[in-house]
Amino acid sequence: MSTSTAARRTALYDSHKRLGGKIVDFHGWELPVQYESVMKEHEATRRRCGLFDVSHMGQVFVTGPDSLPFLQKVNANDISRIGPGKAIYSHLPNERGGVVDDVIVSCLEKDRFLVVVNAATSDKDFAWFQKHAKGFDVKLENKSDYFGMIAVQGPKAAEIASMIAPQMAALPRFGALELELYGQKAFITRTGYTGEDGCEFIVPNEIVVRVWEDLLAQGRSLGAVPCGLGARDTLRLEAGYLLYGEDLNDDISTYEANYGWVVKLDKGDFIGKDALKKLNAEGIKRKLTPIKLLERGVPRAGAPIILDGKEIGKLCSATFSPSLQAGIGTGYLDRPDLAPGTKCFVVLHGREIPAEVVKPPFYTSPNLKKGA
Amino acid sequence: MLDPKKLKFMKSHEWLSLEGTAATVGISDHAQKEITDVVFIEPPKVGRKVKQGEACCVVESVKAAFDIYAPVSGEITAVNADAVKDPALVNAEAFGKGWLFKLKAATPDEATKLMSHSEYEEFLKAEAAHGSH
Repeated sequence: MSTSTAARRTALYDSHKRLGGKIVDFHGWELPVQYESVMKEHEATRRRCGLFDVSHMGQVFVTGPDSLPFLQKVNANDISRIGPGKAIYSHLPNERGGVVDDVIVSCLEKDRFLVVVNAATSDKDFAWFQKHAKGFDVKLENKSDYFGMIAVQGPKAAEIASMIAPQMAALPRFGALELELYGQKAFITRTGYTGEDGCEFIVPNEIVVRVWEDLLAQGRSLGAVPCGLGARDTLRLEAGYLLYGEDLNDDISTYEANYGWVVKLDKGDFIGKDALKKLNAEGIKRKLTPIKLLERGVPRAGAPIILDGKEIGKLCSATFSPSLQAGIGTGYLDRPDLAPGTKCFVVLHGREIPAEVVKPPFYTSPNLKKGA
Repeated sequence: MLDPKKLKFMKSHEWLSLEGTAATVGISDHAQKEITDVVFIEPPKVGRKVKQGEACCVVESVKAAFDIYAPVSGEITAVNADAVKDPALVNAEAFGKGWLFKLKAATPDEATKLMSHSEYEEFLKAEAAHGSH
């Protein structure tokens, strides 16, 4: 959705080309949608390990004595629940209860935090932070241009990541680690966007190629493959993760996105609290609902969903699920009350295809123990 | 597998094998690579009459749907049930087991409007030169 004409490249662009990556424009970034096959990359991540260039993601550092009170003000989740070495998923609400962005906040030290933000929203988020930092003793730094980021995901991810960063092996799920890597200050969080175990390396651009090449070289024997945005999308949709801009925006609330667990109304004051409190009390009028096709077909974003002959919403994310071997999608339905198993139709190529409401997520990895 | 050198091609990347009025249609190897993992095929109905250039079949990958056009006019006589069941056949063997449908050509001469294999190769080269940025 970027309006800039010159597409940006990550430090790994040449590596992607060399590996046969099929480059597309993604929110103004030139990134591989796939190397060989979305299906193969998806399966490799579910069964072994996938490596993803996520350098387009942004990094904002918050430091100073008021770091925690400031982050409490801009986040819906309770940042006081994490201490040094821990990370947490959160939403940045606006005054109306809509979502400015979804982020992962890592506590590095008591007065020092790292916020990983989405690519297309990093400038917006930073401006939002600056606007609301008035009166707080904090320093805000947008280091998105300085850092690259690599996600290592899958049941073999920890083993592979530990080959170049042995400290990683002991890192718990949603742990955050600051370390020296190839002589540079870097970070690893045990997080991801695939529904598998894994971690994300946040490293200066000058060493990101080396980290990528070494992970690939070390990981090959364990079946690791480079993965593009295509597999990233099928994996995250199966796992029930939101994609900001498609499933979430400034006019959609965390409750409507069915992510109410993120909002901690009891943690003290924060932006959007009154609006969210009201929404929670009154109930939502639309809800992001997972839908699975009961016949073969590939649903697409924008496809209408029909119940009792009436359109009740459209899909905002949709794909063919390699794990379920079925078409899946999520859409905001005007009927937040629909129970899993409710039969409906999805319109594809002008035809109504039978479908049903399912319980999120579409897919739970047997490799991933229930964690934070 | 068919010898691609004996096939005719459309600019929209369908191939045609024609013997008398018996025509078989699929997509080229280049096209299957571009489309990537085929996960769904919506074939035409047997008995349907199609005109040359008419969209009559849909091939879908994880990311997009592609219309398949009839290379010549005629009546659909068969669809590839194996490929409908296992769409990955299109990726595995675009010029063979991954064929899409057969038709009885009404006007076989229409095939002269299509490209030969060497013309198609040239067309792909020109397209690549224009398409990349």
